[in-house]
Amino acid sequence: MYRTPRLFLFAAPLAAVPGRAVAAGMPQLNFHDPLLIGQVVWGAVIFGGFYLALSRFALPRVERVLTNRRTRIQSDLDVARKAKAEADRASAELLSARHEAAEQARAHVERIQSEARASADAHAAETAKRLEAEIANAETRITQSREQALSSLSEIATSTTQDLVARLIGTQDEQTVASAVKRVSA
Amino acid sequence: MTGEASVAAGSTIDALGQFELHPVLGHLGEALRFSQSPLFMLIAVAVVLVFLYVGMRPAAVVPGRLQAAAEISYDFVHDLAVSTIGENGATFFPFVFAIFFFILAGNYLGLLPFAFTYTSHIAVTFGLAIMVFVISILASIRFQGVGFLKHFLPAGTPVWLAPLLVPIELISFLSRPVSLSIRLFANMVAGHVLLEVFAGFTIMLAGLGAFGHVLAVAPIAINIALTALELLVGVLQAYVFAILTCIYLREAVAH
Repeated sequence: MYRTPRLFLFAAPLAAVPGRAVAAGMPQLNFHDPLLIGQVVWGAVIFGGFYLALSRFALPRVERVLTNRRTRIQSDLDVARKAKAEADRASAELLSARHEAAEQARAHVERIQSEARASADAHAAETAKRLEAEIANAETRITQSREQALSSLSEIATSTTQDLVARLIGTQDEQTVASAVKRVSA
Repeated sequence: MTGEASVAAGSTIDALGQFELHPVLGHLGEALRFSQSPLFMLIAVAVVLVFLYVGMRPAAVVPGRLQAAAEISYDFVHDLAVSTIGENGATFFPFVFAIFFFILAGNYLGLLPFAFTYTSHIAVTFGLAIMVFVISILASIRFQGVGFLKHFLPAGTPVWLAPLLVPIELISFLSRPVSLSIRLFANMVAGHVLLEVFAGFTIMLAGLGAFGHVLAVAPIAINIALTALELLVGVLQAYVFAILTCIYLREAVAH
């Protein structure tokens, strides 16, 4: 993919340039040059040092930072999860407490209501009894008064009749008048 | 780009002079066979180590840019090694990391002016490839014993095909370091020869007077595009080398 246009570009100028460049030979293939082999030996030493520096110091240092971050994030997540669980439990406790309080309040209200109803009922019953007693009392009194009135009626009627009879005929017979009045009023 | 001097002198382009080795540090360098190639290896290694050291110095939980870059390079190679090699990938991770960044830093350093590209030397790339080859053989023996030799006859093959298949497998096995080293070497050489040749065109055209000055812009434009391409090739070749290393190591540790 990258090779094709590069090779074309590579070939074009080389074809145009006089052959010296290629004919001179590549310095990379001049194996008689002590520097060529020297760079391989030096390269081995430098690469070895590079590897040791990386594996002993540089890379473990990066690893430590990454591990620290991972554990830190993990512990933060754990703390957050614990806090959430606590908050959930507190919220559940709050809910149940509220529910309980509502239950208690309802029971309380019901008790007060039933007490009030009972006392009202008792009061009403008492009043009714008192009223009944009074009614009965009044009725007796009325009956008494009526009987009294009725019993004095014949007396009044008798005396009135006697007076009338005495006025009319000038004489009076108490017995006769009384029996007559009794007969009439019966 | 040591070739430019000769370009200015004559009318030819010395595209290969840039690959010549010269001793550095005078006589000491000559005695120690220390050319600019190991010098740039040292620079590349130092750049990578300093990058990792400075990048990871804050060791912050929330990384800054440089630390994020260092962590990304770590994670990238780590994922590459572990996902390709398997559960033993972590063992070879520093090795793969060293390979990848040694090649990448060499490829990229070579794109700087006056720099030397040590990955453009077949001796260096072949040395790296042989190292991978030897380490994968040692890992095979370590993880599979001598039994790794049975890979040269794929399972389920009829025995009468063995005289044909075993040499084929053997040749393909032995050609691994060759293809590994030549791929990297050829890519780097091709890229740098192209850059040199087009830069030479610019100088030659500039010698043709006013008309040449105008035309000389074209090779510069091509060189800019080639530099972009080389940036891609540089990381791609390092990646290819690293992933092939991982694949060879996976075969070595697989049962």
